[in-house]
Amino acid sequence: MSLLIDDSSPIFVQIAERIENDIIEGLLPEETQVPSTNQFASFYQINPATAAKGVNLLVDQGILYKKRGIGMFVTEGARDKLMEKRRERFFEQYVITMVNEAKKLGITIEQLTEMIRKGGNA
Amino acid sequence: MNRVLEINRLTKSYGEAVALNNISFSLEEGKIYGLLGRNGAGKTTLMHIITAQLFATSGEVKVFGENPYENDRVLSQVCFIKESQKYPEFYRIKDVLVISKDIFPNWDAEYALQLVHDFNLPINRKIKKLSRGMLSAVGIIIGLASRAPLTFFDEPYLGLDAVARTIFYDRLLEDYAEHPRTVVLSTHLIDEVSKLLEHVIVIDNGKMLVNEDAETLRGQAITITGPAAKVEEFSRGKKIIQREGFGGLVSVTVLGNLSLPEQKQAQVTGLELAPVSLQQLIVRLTTDNNERKAA
Repeated sequence: MSLLIDDSSPIFVQIAERIENDIIEGLLPEETQVPSTNQFASFYQINPATAAKGVNLLVDQGILYKKRGIGMFVTEGARDKLMEKRRERFFEQYVITMVNEAKKLGITIEQLTEMIRKGGNA
Repeated sequence: MNRVLEINRLTKSYGEAVALNNISFSLEEGKIYGLLGRNGAGKTTLMHIITAQLFATSGEVKVFGENPYENDRVLSQVCFIKESQKYPEFYRIKDVLVISKDIFPNWDAEYALQLVHDFNLPINRKIKKLSRGMLSAVGIIIGLASRAPLTFFDEPYLGLDAVARTIFYDRLLEDYAEHPRTVVLSTHLIDEVSKLLEHVIVIDNGKMLVNEDAETLRGQAITITGPAAKVEEFSRGKKIIQREGFGGLVSVTVLGNLSLPEQKQAQVTGLELAPVSLQQLIVRLTTDNNERKAA
């Protein structure tokens, strides 16, 4: 994934997704501190209020929590919670899209299944 | 939130020509604003009136709750970096920095010197011998080191190369984090600054076109592309701001978010959905307006 923030969807959503990815990939283990709003702002060259909005989105979802006077930390169990959410989205985002494209190209479900098996072995 | 600026039904006309037409908005403390619009839209005129360098034809301007005209208490809190600032004939960069100290109560001389170093400026060189980019850098240094509670940058990057512009964005965010204040960036180069903005004001032909949170705007438009009949059916009842045809394909840009079921339906019917960047959105809104006027 590219480091650059693009301008096509709300930036706070993109910031929240970056943090989610880091948690899923283990770069931000549970109970570790996440960078401050100002660090996000200067790293991605974005408005600090926008960065704060992205962080707060994850606080509202219980993925991050605030230690008073210190900063934001990753909640225990955050990774499992995120994996669950991403799996649900996987079907919508990838499977449905793939099946539609396959239909357009005249690929049958059997052929598609075969392709997936082949892809898994690659 | 405290309001640092309030503008009420402001109009400025030069005889028949109306530069600003019944504009009202306010700026809150501690935010970075974008004042956007095409060339000649009225952005600079507006900033001149706010900083008491031009009289309004009608309407009300309140800066920190007071009328700014001949009001030193208010004007010392405001810094306006003009696109083409004039300096006395024999001033060197050094002299400009010394003078700034007397003008701006919050002036940080040490920080100014640091910035001179960052932008690699020849501090003993006369202002009139500077390149366009160096002149812009001098303006940026004054705008940042003055730490004025209300700072306007009018097209601050003329002639600045990409490296210097990046230094500007970095320093602005850094210093804003440490010394929160209200900053207004006026520009028609929207793509580069859009990430820095918290709130966006768009002026078009002297009229207020958009006054909205930047994040709200980012999700506000979407482009739908596909076979003409399908696109027409899908976009029926939506506010279309742009339409383009290409072969059998049609692409329309609509305002407003698509619901999740709508997104799914688009996918199933084979329509392509693409997000619209802030710059594209503003370009479409301002073009649309002018064409309508001409029609």
